[in-house]
Amino acid sequence: MTTRPREFWSGVRDETPILLGVIPFGLIFGALAINAHIAYPLAQVMSSIIFAGASQIIAAQMIGAGTSGLVILLIIFIVNLRHALYSASVSPHLRHISTGWKVLLAYLLTDEAYAVTITHYNREGSPENKHWYFLGSGLTLWTAWQVSTALGIIIGAQIPQSWPLYFVLPLTFIALVVPALKDKASIAAAVTAALVGLLTIGFPFKTGLLAAAFFGILTGLLVEKRSV
Amino acid sequence: MNLWLVVFFAGLLTFCTRLSFILLLDRIKVPDWFRRGLRFVPAAVLAAIIMPQLSTHNAVLDLSFRNPQLYAGALAVFTAWRTKNVLLTISAGMAALLVIQFLLGIL
Repeated sequence: MTTRPREFWSGVRDETPILLGVIPFGLIFGALAINAHIAYPLAQVMSSIIFAGASQIIAAQMIGAGTSGLVILLIIFIVNLRHALYSASVSPHLRHISTGWKVLLAYLLTDEAYAVTITHYNREGSPENKHWYFLGSGLTLWTAWQVSTALGIIIGAQIPQSWPLYFVLPLTFIALVVPALKDKASIAAAVTAALVGLLTIGFPFKTGLLAAAFFGILTGLLVEKRSV
Repeated sequence: MNLWLVVFFAGLLTFCTRLSFILLLDRIKVPDWFRRGLRFVPAAVLAAIIMPQLSTHNAVLDLSFRNPQLYAGALAVFTAWRTKNVLLTISAGMAALLVIQFLLGIL
């Protein structure tokens, strides 16, 4: 069994590369919020209370455009629906921990922490202390998100256009997902999701992503059933 | 609605979405296919996030041979498959993107 501090620091370490792709988004959000005339304490509070990049950027734009509060809430709900999938996916691994821990880890359940953590859960090793890994990766992302938001508010999004740092995000996801594709069913799930994702690119508010994930999972189940 | 309230409820909504199944799956019985389907969530969701990011630039779909992200993505998939190394995959993909961008720029 790996000790708690070891798990925690592995989580911190494994989350670090992805920050290169996350920090520019934090800067962009901070700058965007100020441009939308959102008061700076509120912009910072958005990053700590909502703590979800895509929906914060959409919310800042809608606030700037004077969209009504209820519409903003509805759209944020739709944009974040994929987190329910993450929630279901990590749930079996969190059985043994207290409700307090579950609440804390749920708060930290972002795309980037999920991708890194679920990969760790699916690797070998005793699951007993792996929630410390989750905490390590989640807190690392959280800190980077708060600091980059603050910097975006203060200095704006000062990253040259010619630095394609955004590309670190898909690359990290590729690095995490490809080695986990070990059987026909999961390859079929990934390929289907990629294709549906391509076909639904124009869909608003990440609904294309939901459709792609749905058809991917469905295909995985069907292929698994056939090969048993 | 007051903006602070909107942000508060947006946070609450996001948090509840994230907590939903972590608590629910301990308490309710779900059909067997639901549990088996969970295994495919990472592969499906991550593939669904990756593909649109490789194939669009500034939100415009570009599947032509002039989209450097497609080559860099393909190289990253190959690197990840052969090495299972995250840093190597990111470095290979980034290097490929920069080199191919440069080459397409002078062509």
